[in-house]
Amino acid sequence: MTALFLRDLRLAVRAGGGFGLGLAFYLLVVVLVPLAIGPDAAVLARIAPGVLWVGALLACLLSLDRLFALDFEDGSLDLLVTAPLPLEGVVAAKALAHWVVTGLPLTLMAPVLGVMLQLGAGGAVWLVVSLALGTPALSVIGAFGAALTVGVRRGGLLLSLLVLPMYVPTLIFGAEVVRRGAAGLEFGGALVFLAAITLGALALLPYAAAAALRVNLR
Amino acid sequence: MELVVTDLGCARGGRVVLQGIGFRLSAGQALVLRGPNGVGKTTLLRTLAGLQPASGGAISMPPEALAYAGHADGVKSTLSVAENLAFWGAVHGMHDIGPALAAMGLQGLRDRRAGQLSAGQRRRLGLARLLVTGRPIWALDEPTVALDKASVGLFAAMLHGHLAAGGAAVIASHTGLGLGPTPELDLIGFLPRRPPRGGAFDGAFDGAFT
Repeated sequence: MTALFLRDLRLAVRAGGGFGLGLAFYLLVVVLVPLAIGPDAAVLARIAPGVLWVGALLACLLSLDRLFALDFEDGSLDLLVTAPLPLEGVVAAKALAHWVVTGLPLTLMAPVLGVMLQLGAGGAVWLVVSLALGTPALSVIGAFGAALTVGVRRGGLLLSLLVLPMYVPTLIFGAEVVRRGAAGLEFGGALVFLAAITLGALALLPYAAAAALRVNLR
Repeated sequence: MELVVTDLGCARGGRVVLQGIGFRLSAGQALVLRGPNGVGKTTLLRTLAGLQPASGGAISMPPEALAYAGHADGVKSTLSVAENLAFWGAVHGMHDIGPALAAMGLQGLRDRRAGQLSAGQRRRLGLARLLVTGRPIWALDEPTVALDKASVGLFAAMLHGHLAAGGAAVIASHTGLGLGPTPELDLIGFLPRRPPRGGAFDGAFDGAFT
């Protein structure tokens, strides 16, 4: 499983692996918003938590369709299923690798982009905390969606339609943590919900994704 | 170590394509599956590998004994030859890839990116992977496609070594494998028996009311 995790990291940073694509996309989305809205600091500060979270969601989505599709096309997925690894472990290792190359860099880059949207220092701290707690859920929910659509030609659009609604709870509580954190309000409840969604997704979805893969490979 | 298949049925896309297949394969034996395109050779191999459920019958073999090699080689273009093999070796707990590289004549290519290999070299890499799985039963789907004469010889030598070491192999192929005399199983004899037109339905009705 470690070998699979390391292989996926290596593939991601090699040419054409897609590392940095999500980050660049995130950067562009966040830069475009002030250009569209105008330089009103009060308005930007108000929408910053939502924009930063929606941007992270979309950037995460960008690389999801490659998660299983590439392994399916070159036959690796068949071989992984017959390998002495639990398929649930394969899903978890691949989702973890996806998080390390997208979710983690997004989390680290977000406060820098927050400056562009007039997000205060208090908000920036909670932005990092909420993304660190929430992005693992984005990767593992995405892995489930990618497992459902593996083998579908041009499945990327279908994948987005399946996965984005499942991202809604994470988005609501994640953005709420930042909004309340920036405004100096109490945010414990939202933070707990965000963590609970992530833990629940991590516990359950690898099993669901493995079941979906088994059906799709028949 | 024995692979016993009894009265096996295989389905593809919900349609039964083969039924009543039975054979027994012991250590040191190979079986070549023959039959025209579309008869179900790949489907049978995938069923043996556990990638799809059988529609009937039974497959008996030790757990995790079978290594499958399909049409696609499972090779990552951006990794080198050695990295590809080392990955599959690590997955199967075999960390020495030297013998596998040597068996398929890949030593000179070990640091080449797999994306730059020719189709035949890529196939050789896919076949070398079998050695790092450490599994006794090989299920091979058209293993010699894209291989030149010398490489077919390498493959035959590797397979002979595997059989001599107590392994077994089921091979779907319609080209010469250079193996010498090998038992063959023609799958054309296992096509599903179709009920006579109209007759089966009438019979079912009669049966229901007697």
